[in-house]
Amino acid sequence: MSSQTRVELRKDLFADERDDNLNEIGRPTARQDILGHVTGRSPFFDDHQFDGLLHMRCVRSPHHHARIRRIDIAAAERMPGVRRIILGRDVPHNLNTLLSLIDFGRDDEPLLATGKVSYVGEAVAAVIAETERQARDAVAAVRVDWEVLPHVLDPEEALAPGAPIVNETWPRNVFEYHDKYTHQKLRFGDVERAFARPDVEIVEGRYQMSPIEQAPTETCGAIAAPETNGRYVCHTSTQALFFSLGTTAKLLDMPSSRLHFIGGTVGGGFGGKVDSLHEPLAVLGAILTGAPVKYIWDRAEEMQVGAPRGAERWYLKDAVTRDGRIVARRFRGYFDCGAYTRLSSYAVQKATGHLPGPYTIENVSSDVYCVFTNRTPATAMRGFGITGVDFAIECHMDKVAERVGLDPIELRILNAYRDGDMKAHRRLAKNTALIECCQVAAEKAGWPIRPEFAAMSSLTGGGGDRAAIPETVTDEEGRVDGTPAARPAPRPAAPAPAPAPATASTSARPAAPATRPAAPPATPPAAPPVAPPVSAPAPAAAPAERPQERPAQKPYQPQEPFTRGVKKPGAHRFSSLSGTRRR
Amino acid sequence: MARTPVEFRLNGAEKAVFVEGGANLLDVLRRGLGDMTPKYGCGQGTCGTCTVLVDGRPQLACLTLAETVAGREVRTVAGLPDGAELHPLQDAFMENFAAQCGYCTPGMLMAAAALLERRPDPSREEVVEAISGNICRCTGYEPIIAAILDAAQRRRRRAS
Repeated sequence: MSSQTRVELRKDLFADERDDNLNEIGRPTARQDILGHVTGRSPFFDDHQFDGLLHMRCVRSPHHHARIRRIDIAAAERMPGVRRIILGRDVPHNLNTLLSLIDFGRDDEPLLATGKVSYVGEAVAAVIAETERQARDAVAAVRVDWEVLPHVLDPEEALAPGAPIVNETWPRNVFEYHDKYTHQKLRFGDVERAFARPDVEIVEGRYQMSPIEQAPTETCGAIAAPETNGRYVCHTSTQALFFSLGTTAKLLDMPSSRLHFIGGTVGGGFGGKVDSLHEPLAVLGAILTGAPVKYIWDRAEEMQVGAPRGAERWYLKDAVTRDGRIVARRFRGYFDCGAYTRLSSYAVQKATGHLPGPYTIENVSSDVYCVFTNRTPATAMRGFGITGVDFAIECHMDKVAERVGLDPIELRILNAYRDGDMKAHRRLAKNTALIECCQVAAEKAGWPIRPEFAAMSSLTGGGGDRAAIPETVTDEEGRVDGTPAARPAPRPAAPAPAPAPATASTSARPAAPATRPAAPPATPPAAPPVAPPVSAPAPAAAPAERPQERPAQKPYQPQEPFTRGVKKPGAHRFSSLSGTRRR
Repeated sequence: MARTPVEFRLNGAEKAVFVEGGANLLDVLRRGLGDMTPKYGCGQGTCGTCTVLVDGRPQLACLTLAETVAGREVRTVAGLPDGAELHPLQDAFMENFAAQCGYCTPGMLMAAAALLERRPDPSREEVVEAISGNICRCTGYEPIIAAILDAAQRRRRRAS
């Protein structure tokens, strides 16, 4: 092999904007914010000082899965320094799902749990006190009467008949795409026929990846404070400022124009700072106390409650000819999204679009499930959706190489996609460079490969027969062998956090359903009573909660529930999403 | 709760504050004195993000009882520059891409500053040892090590 294999850099995108002199790797480049970093002046959210700053901390579930019989805040409310204790019923619209901002999925997660908790660390109350220590002490004084429920921590067990229902919005314990499909399915060619060929070896594998915490050095948090004009400023560590803004507007039922969000300096995110859990609570705290409120996770919360990259489990089955050509590959995958959807539904789609990895395989089949379990909800992290399955694919490639007695790098070169090949998602591959990457990696590692493999190229040998879309078998019914039979649990007409939903959130506004549908109620919500009766904190259900819970504080209701923008008919409900208003 | 008057020098200036019993130095510096350069990372002495110098020695501000610095000299990143001129460590961190998110940077800088004052010409191993208590999650340690070695050179050049 020549001592200088070159990866040819092709460009059909941004051809005019990119210069070919790419030599940034290995050379330090000055960041535009570097001066602030080295002088300690970069404005992280917690570096903003406010007089009279109050501190918020949450009461959290010690159980994987439990019904909340009663929350007794009486003693905690009387503790020194305590200004306010927020419960789920104080949250104007206490049900959300992150991707509802793009009209995807069902609202399935409360900001503060009311009827039940579904993972260890789920928040059920937020204490606001003058000092952090007072807030901690008061959190310890809140008494919650739990009724422990059976839990499930493994995605395949969660799909088995009789498994506990983790999240009543999803009674089958799977995310249902478009309210119909229990998983993402990919079919390309006919894998079963290829598996039956006499000239192939079958190689199977099972791979799994644990949840991984992003563990930023700056823990997640936000400070919110009233401004002088009826707005609330919010300094936040979020990675997704407008996402957090839209989520806050929705949960608090207020126009985004009253929210002044300031972010941009993030002390490490890696995907773990998109979930927008802090901003709504901090702003609600500022509304209810009229004072600046800080809500920050400590390190233990960051690790336990902070949403990780979710666990994944993959089953792979390949048919490979004796000379190392993979002719069929089947996937079955389970994403453990934890108790709530967050972004896992999207991760599954992303994974499916990526299959079968950077290889040209003429028969591909895949079923991938987004499964609910009683674990910490999963969210984004660096390439999520791809990382886990790539780990599985590449481990499997090594296994295949061993089985057929081929060098693992040569096996990859042999099966690599090339320009003009048809991918399983029915797009032609272009700008492929796996062969060259393998060649360079082998060279750098001093790993010998045979001359014919060193001579191969992504530019040639692709297309032709390899550009064809094979005749694809479809199964009747959209179900395939080996997938768990979904329990006959049809979606409830109005999915709601069933165990004790009616205490949730919307006490005086019966018009708002537990799940805000894509098309909002035809009538705007009835105006709430100006002053809800003090002695009747919430209507209906969960009667066990009633007698004890007679707090001095009234549940929060916005004075004028916001109707413009948020409840406008149509998919896009948030004026804060740029460009949607003019559609 | 008992409040104790505490006097110490912060970056060369006399400071006098009342601290509550049990208050840690990190909170007193940040909330009490408004020096926001030390950062909170874990509150339990595992990440090094809050590292400051007490009498020239690196110390974790989150685990240091504020009362214990009475009469002592505390230095933070705010005291690193010489007037308008940045410390050689700061220059070197800028040029070597030794800070990505910047959150662990103040602690790294103080751990490195303590090293350079003790060992103006440290070996790579000594640099690694000096920052072994400081966690970086995104920059990566290699550019940080390179920057500290570079700073040692700059410092010697500046001194000569």
